[in-house]
Amino acid sequence: MNSAQTSLPADRALPGLLDGLELIRADFPILTRELADGFPLVYLDSANTSQKPQVVIDAMVDHLERHNSNVARAMHQLGAESSAAFEESRDKVAAFINAPSRDEVIFTKNASEALNLVANTLAWARGPLAVGAADEVLITEMEHHSNIVPWQLLTERKGATLRWFGLTDDGQLDLSNIDDLITERTKVVSLTWVSNMLGTVNPVAEIARRAHEVGAIVVVDASQAAPQMPIDVIAADADFLVFTGHKVVGPTGIGVLWGKRALLEQLPPFLGGGEMIATVAMEKSTYADIPHKFEAGTPPIAEAVGLGAAIDYLSAIGMSNVKAHEEAITGYALEGLSTVKGLAVFGPKTASNRGGALSFAIDGVHPHDVSQVLDSRGIAVRAGHHCAKPAHKRFGVQSTTRASSYLYTTPAEIDALIEGLEYTKKYFRVTG
Amino acid sequence: MDIDLLYQEIILDHYKHPHHKGLRDPYEVEVHHVNPTCGDEVTLRVHLTGEGDEAVVEDVSYDAEGCSISQAATSVMTDLVIGKTVPEALAIHKEFLALMQGRGHVEPDEDVLEDGIAFAGVAKFPARVKCALMSWMAWKDATSQILVARMTAGADGSEPELKEQS
Repeated sequence: MNSAQTSLPADRALPGLLDGLELIRADFPILTRELADGFPLVYLDSANTSQKPQVVIDAMVDHLERHNSNVARAMHQLGAESSAAFEESRDKVAAFINAPSRDEVIFTKNASEALNLVANTLAWARGPLAVGAADEVLITEMEHHSNIVPWQLLTERKGATLRWFGLTDDGQLDLSNIDDLITERTKVVSLTWVSNMLGTVNPVAEIARRAHEVGAIVVVDASQAAPQMPIDVIAADADFLVFTGHKVVGPTGIGVLWGKRALLEQLPPFLGGGEMIATVAMEKSTYADIPHKFEAGTPPIAEAVGLGAAIDYLSAIGMSNVKAHEEAITGYALEGLSTVKGLAVFGPKTASNRGGALSFAIDGVHPHDVSQVLDSRGIAVRAGHHCAKPAHKRFGVQSTTRASSYLYTTPAEIDALIEGLEYTKKYFRVTG
Repeated sequence: MDIDLLYQEIILDHYKHPHHKGLRDPYEVEVHHVNPTCGDEVTLRVHLTGEGDEAVVEDVSYDAEGCSISQAATSVMTDLVIGKTVPEALAIHKEFLALMQGRGHVEPDEDVLEDGIAFAGVAKFPARVKCALMSWMAWKDATSQILVARMTAGADGSEPELKEQS
């Protein structure tokens, strides 16, 4: 397939766009895909999962072809290479999020598992971290289900109370009742840094400061933040922070939990098995130090290698540059969407301090139908509740269509989206 | 990908002008079904009259939110089952299910499925099959609940059975 005739020009001048965008796009082999009826792929579903550059694919293939063996337990040369590669990725992650110690970086299978690890080990914790019936866990109405359900499970199990930050009409956290929400009873505050539906960027450091005044633990879901802005766990003032590999141009099957050493050391193990022990006797086992205490069983080794390559790739481009590109594209998209009559965008309407997820509704056309018609033109978006049902309910909609950009998105792709939306309206005979 | 196969004129008509929409009395059972992956929802009421194999689907009323396929399928379903006996309606359900699960290889029978034949193209879009089936599942659930309740009231202890007309 020759993509030369069908690929979209990416050279439109827009301040903030990444330099050499065409070269960056060339790093992502999937972007040359031609879909049914000769339409070039316009991939606007990066908040769902990002595409992978060739270096990530190559790093994983090279690992499997030349270095594959188990980590930590294998004493041979390949075992040493594999262990070194796996642990090197931990170093890269630690640097990527400015973690004070590499031992505070725990590999999980995804962000959901990382959040469940924290919520479950808190449920099992004794002593100062134990959660009791008088305690409260505070989350927000804009959370992904993976940052809601584990806390519902925790509070149900312990008889504790789950409380919520509400949202303002423009999609910001409603902080007007923060004094009522964050009190001496608050044990955990868990919130997303960037909303996967609304694109809102939350003031995590400000909320963390308030939470720490009452001794609460702060958990930050950086699943949408890590792909598009610099992450600094110290500046964010988080106690725990999670993100997933597949949204930062890495592979699926690997996620990250970062936690403060003192807390990780106090929490009981999550899963039991190999790798997480110090010794095992029939009467009792003792556990490994962090991070291995929380990494039972053979970990996702090739995936860790891929994640390391992904972080190298993003770091070489520079996360500040990625952020500027996302803002430029998001601003251009907001402008384009505002020209589509009958279309309403949920969340902040300006690109500054906003993530690249753009959820919207069109009068008279259901989001699934919008996405189906766009797909027939090669444009991949997501339709549905995006695992954020409470946020949708807050804005009185059952589902939305979401277009989400990334460092490889071009203004021409946004043009294709806007044209596709006008075509969709015509297809469903929506006038105006 | 020819989406005209999916969005037949008949489907768009039912979507824009749904039949039998709204929740009505009387009814015996009301059910609420959701499609967890996409969030489509239907609240559906069934009113049966008569007994046993002679039981007739007197009314199906509903309040639904969802895509054009799910809304049109609900509308067409009410056209197909209202006024039929329960075994007749179940036979139509079975025919529609076979069409939806046929991956586009099943030739629909217009005498049985009427406007339902327009959904033949949906079977070629696997992600949308569940949209077309949601309200049928809700109707079948409500109907079987009514029959179970009647059976329990009859207290003969036997398992009720949904019989299709062959």
